[in-house]
Amino acid sequence: MDLDPAMMPLLFFIFVLAMLLGVELIRKVPSQLHTPLMSGSNAISGITIVGALIATGRTDGEMAVTVLGTLAVMFAMINVVGGYLVTDRMLKMFKGKDKRGGKS
Amino acid sequence: MNFELVRGICYIAASIFFVFGLKMLSSPATARKGNLVSAIGMLIAVVTALSAMAEIRWAWIIAGAGIGSTVGALAARLVKMTSMPQMVGLFNGFGGLASLLVGWSEFHGRWAGADATELFTMVTILLTVLIGGVTFSGSLVAYGKLAGVIAGKPILYKGQNALNSIILIAIVAVGVFFCTRRLGGVEASGLAGVYVALVVIAAMALVLGVLSTIGIGGADMPVVICLLNSYSGLAACAAGFVINNNVLIVSGSLVGASGIILTNIMCKAMNRSLANVLFSGFGSVTSAEGTGYQGEAKPVSPEDAYLILEAARSVVFVPGYGMAVAQAQHVVRELGEMLSENGAEVKYCIHPVAGRMPGHMNVLLAEANVGYELLVEPQDVNPTMKAVDVAIVIGANDVVNPAAREDRSSPLWGMPIVDVDLSRTCIVLKRSLRPGFAGVDNPLFFKDNTRMLFGDAKASVTQLVSEFKR
Repeated sequence: MDLDPAMMPLLFFIFVLAMLLGVELIRKVPSQLHTPLMSGSNAISGITIVGALIATGRTDGEMAVTVLGTLAVMFAMINVVGGYLVTDRMLKMFKGKDKRGGKS
Repeated sequence: MNFELVRGICYIAASIFFVFGLKMLSSPATARKGNLVSAIGMLIAVVTALSAMAEIRWAWIIAGAGIGSTVGALAARLVKMTSMPQMVGLFNGFGGLASLLVGWSEFHGRWAGADATELFTMVTILLTVLIGGVTFSGSLVAYGKLAGVIAGKPILYKGQNALNSIILIAIVAVGVFFCTRRLGGVEASGLAGVYVALVVIAAMALVLGVLSTIGIGGADMPVVICLLNSYSGLAACAAGFVINNNVLIVSGSLVGASGIILTNIMCKAMNRSLANVLFSGFGSVTSAEGTGYQGEAKPVSPEDAYLILEAARSVVFVPGYGMAVAQAQHVVRELGEMLSENGAEVKYCIHPVAGRMPGHMNVLLAEANVGYELLVEPQDVNPTMKAVDVAIVIGANDVVNPAAREDRSSPLWGMPIVDVDLSRTCIVLKRSLRPGFAGVDNPLFFKDNTRMLFGDAKASVTQLVSEFKR
């Protein structure tokens, strides 16, 4: 599945637009949510799991490809599972006035 | 039915989930749902990837995913909120390593089959291995520094930048060799050389990651963590170019952009350029020229501090890394509640670089059950600081140093600070008069309206709370 050279500009196009979209989205995140933002975006960077899974499924390669792919699956999964869970754990603690029990 | 088309649509759907998930993170009210939306996007992407596999080797996948999920889930469950920076740093590193492995396995498959490979793909494999490697080893060093496994002080030696530059040049040289030997065109005898080149590049990337991080000090870690966060996204993005997959490119760039913005915010909050943070080893250089402010600090006993607080109508807490070290967030919240029961307006002002990662103090106070509407930023408090009765500084130092405003010769000059010195009374909780991480003396301690409450932050606040209870 080698890359069609005509695809190259298209991939760059997607890359640049996604970058700009990212800048616009993240700019609006208030500083109090920066830590969950980091761990949440960290989980998203575990998207490399897609590449890792495809690598383990290659039939043309050898054992080494499967082993490398499996290791990649493992590390990406730490990122994905750990990242989402810890972000959820943090965000669960952010409560507004009305939702908190008791007075303060 | 055209499966490629369906998969393409699924990947687009996953990307949309990521975008909306991030969008919902911009408000505390929707953030938790946003994280879930983003996780659903990930699930869609994973299922789609499974369907794209030529042969699903379940045993391998279950083993890899099982170990990874277990480790991730345990770490997420067990980590203390004060240790969040090092854990996020470590996770970043694993993301980088995963991308490196994806690039490597793709290369190995092509290499073994001696597939004809475009120059473009060779370049992207190189970038994936390079960025992934720097992210991995750099994150490990950052983890070590934040967790206290290795010294937090910047490790500096002569010719540091020169050595880094030499490694960078060597990477470019080997990289050019690697990319121009397109696999399909090389004679069988030359194939080994291409493989060696990739391994050498990976090794140099790992060395570069270590060398470029050890020179950065503990208080500059927020910048480094943000930067590594950005790298881990870019590594995933590069892997997307290698395997020609849009969802990797889109989500990788979203993360890359996020890290870059946070890096930028952190640098602005310290009034320093990124280059200055990365290459200068702050603190180690400036401490030599500390002028030593003269004057007398006025210590205060907890009993007297209680009397000041008891009469206060408005109180602002300014927490710093010291609060995290002392694990004082819960008693601080308790004191805050007592003050507001006593009729005072209580706010928590958090400087963007307080703590060891962006937003670190907010998470700690949220953990202690402080409502997010009470957590404010310096620009919200500074304009009305003169009307604040008491500002309580807990374990913060450089971010409240008025030298940033008053002393042109100070290394902190120009840095945006919390103007606690302008409040009517400023109570500083501190162990000693020792300067902060930057090694710069703090004239705040010697101001007329400043009272020093010496001792462990947690013990001091606990004492104040018991005074209120009496």
